[in-house]
Amino acid sequence: MITLEKRAGPSKAWALATPLVAVALTMFVGGILFAALGKNPFETIRTIFLDPLFSEFAWFYRPQLLIKGAPLVLIAIGLSFGFRAGVWNIGAEGQYIMGAICGAAVGLAFHPMESRLIFPLMVLAGAFGGWAWAMIPGVLRVKFGTNEILVSLMLVYVAEQLLASMALGAMRNPEGMGFPGSRNLAQYPSAANLELIKDSGMHWGVVAALIAVIFAYVTLSRHIFGFQVRLAGQSPRAANFAGVNPAGMILICLGISGALAGLAGLFEVAGPAGQISIDFNVGYGFTAIIVAFLGRLHPIGILLAGGLMALTYIGGEIAQSNLGLPGAAIQLLQGMLLFFLLAVDMLTNYRIKFGKGGTV
Amino acid sequence: MDLSSINPILLLASLMVAATPILLAAIGELIVERAGVLNLGVEGMMITGAVCGFVVAVSTGSPWLGFIGAAIGGAFLALLFGILTQYLLSNQVATGLALTLFGLGLSALIGQGYIGIKAPSFPDWHIPLLGDIPIIGPIVFQHDPMVYVGLILVAATWWFLHKTQGGLVLRAVGENHDAAHALGYKVTRIRILAIMFGGACAGLGGAYLSLVRVPQWTEGMTAGAGWIALAIVVFAGWKPWRLLLGAYLFGGMTVLQLNLQAAGLAIPVEYLSMSPYIATIVVLVIMSAGRAPRSLGRIFHASR
Repeated sequence: MITLEKRAGPSKAWALATPLVAVALTMFVGGILFAALGKNPFETIRTIFLDPLFSEFAWFYRPQLLIKGAPLVLIAIGLSFGFRAGVWNIGAEGQYIMGAICGAAVGLAFHPMESRLIFPLMVLAGAFGGWAWAMIPGVLRVKFGTNEILVSLMLVYVAEQLLASMALGAMRNPEGMGFPGSRNLAQYPSAANLELIKDSGMHWGVVAALIAVIFAYVTLSRHIFGFQVRLAGQSPRAANFAGVNPAGMILICLGISGALAGLAGLFEVAGPAGQISIDFNVGYGFTAIIVAFLGRLHPIGILLAGGLMALTYIGGEIAQSNLGLPGAAIQLLQGMLLFFLLAVDMLTNYRIKFGKGGTV
Repeated sequence: MDLSSINPILLLASLMVAATPILLAAIGELIVERAGVLNLGVEGMMITGAVCGFVVAVSTGSPWLGFIGAAIGGAFLALLFGILTQYLLSNQVATGLALTLFGLGLSALIGQGYIGIKAPSFPDWHIPLLGDIPIIGPIVFQHDPMVYVGLILVAATWWFLHKTQGGLVLRAVGENHDAAHALGYKVTRIRILAIMFGGACAGLGGAYLSLVRVPQWTEGMTAGAGWIALAIVVFAGWKPWRLLLGAYLFGGMTVLQLNLQAAGLAIPVEYLSMSPYIATIVVLVIMSAGRAPRSLGRIFHASR
C-alpha cells in the first residue's frame, strides 16, 4: 500500500529536481513515441535536444534560439505573476496579437517618414495594446465577478479574427498586389526591430526579455508587491488581513502579463515576422504557459525553461526536415512535458510512504 | 444583402444541430463540476474525440462505432487528468490546460493521414408522425440521432442528479468532500468516474463535429467549442435544464452569423465570425450569478 503524507513545507530539493525529472521522463516516453512512429528514438532525441546547439550547423540555429526564446520568456514572466497570485490569464496569445496589431499600426501610420522616435512609440503602443486587451477580463472579473480564464481565452479567438481582418483589410500593403499582409516593417528602417549584433539573433525583444527577468527577480524577492503576490497565492485569507487589495492584485497581474505579451508581439512583428499576416501568431502565448510552469514560476527558472522550449521548437523543425518527423509530434512532446511536470510535482509537497498506510 | 434568403424554419432546425456538440460536452462537464472537479481540458478531450471518432468511423464505415470510439478516446484522456489531479494531487487549472495542449498535439498526430477524407454519412431520422407536423416537424423531429441523444442525456442527468441516491452522493462530494469522506463515501473513486463520464461526453461532442456537422477532419477543428461548453456550464448555474438554453442561445448565434455571411451582409466576415465568442463573454457577464459547488477545484487529500 502506497500512501502520501503531506510535508510540513515544500521540499527545496524536489522543487529544483522535478523539472529535470519531467524532462527526463518526457525524453523517455517521447523516445517510445518516436519509435512507434518508425523513427530511431536516439537519433530523434539527439536531433531535437542537441543538434541545435552542437551540430555542424549550430552557428545557424543558435541565433534562432534567442529569436524563439525571447517571446516565450517575455510572456511567461508576465504570466508567472498572475499564476503565483491565483489569477489565471490564459489568453496571452490574444494579447500578443493585439500588441503586434497596435504596434504595427503606429509604425505603418508613419510610413514612409524616418525618425528615431517611431520605434519607441511602437513599443509603447504594443505594450498598450496587450495591456488593454488584458484589462477586459480584468475589469469584468473585478466589476462583475466574471471568470477571467474563460473571458481571456474567448478573446484569443476574437483577436485572431481581428488579425485576419487587419491583414486582409485595413493594414493590407497598398503595394502588395492584392496579397494579404501588411507592409514589411523589417524593411522600414525607423520601425524595424533589427539584430543589434549581426548574425547573433540578438534583437530588442531579447533585451526586453532579459530586463523582464531581472525586474521580476528583484520584484519577487525584494519588493513589497512581490511579497503580496506570493502571499495572495499561498493564503488569500492571510493576504486579506495583510491589507492586500484583491481587485488591485487581479488588475495589476493581468496588466503586467498583458503588457509583456503585447511587447513580445510587437518585437516579433517588427523583427522576425516582419509583417501583420493571417498566420502571424504561432501559439507562443500557449507555449508560454508551459514555460512558466516548467520554470516553477521563478524568473531564472523561466529563463532556462524558455531556452529549453525554444530548443524543442528549433530541434523539432530540424527533425521535421531531416527525419520526416510530423510537426504534431513536437506539439505532443511539449504537452507531455507539462503533464509529467505536474505529475512529479507532487513530490515537492508530499512524501511517499510505502507499507501499511493505517486507517486512511 | 438579401435577408429573405434566410429561411426561419431551416434556421431553427440548424440551430439544434449547431448546439448539439456544445451541449454534449457541457453536460459531461456539468457532472464533473458537480462532483467538485474543474476540468479545463474539455477542448483537448473534444478534439481527441473528434479525431478518434473520425478514424474509427472511416475505418469501420460505421458512424455509430465512430461515436463509441470517440467516447472511449475522450474518457481515456480524461482518465489521465483524473490520475493526475486525484491521485497525484496536481493543480486542476494547470492540469486542465495541459490536457488541452496535449490533446491538440495528440489529435493532430493521429489525424495526419485523414485530412481531406469524407466521413461515412449519418442519415437524418425522419420520425414518423411527429416529423410530419408542419413547421415543428422539420425543426424538431427530422434530425440525426445524436441530436436526440444529447437531449436524452440532459434529461437523464437531471434525473440522476436529483432523483437518485448516486446523484445525491455525487453532489455531496462536490459540495463538501471532507464531509462526504467522513460519511464513508469514496470521494476519489466517485470523482474519477465523473471525470471519465465528462471525457466521454466531450468525445461525443467532438465526434459530432467531425462526423456530422462538418463532416471532415481538420486540425484544430473544435475552434474553442470546448471552452464555450465550459462557459455554458457557468451560465447555466450548474443546472441541466438551463444548459439547454445556453447551448441553443449559442447555437442560434452561430447559425445566424453563418446565415448572415451567406446572405452577404455588409459587415466583414471576420467580425461576424467573432460574434459567438463575444456573445459568450456578454452572456458570462450577465449570468455569473449561479452558485458553484463549494468544493469546486479544491484538492482532496484524505489525511488521517
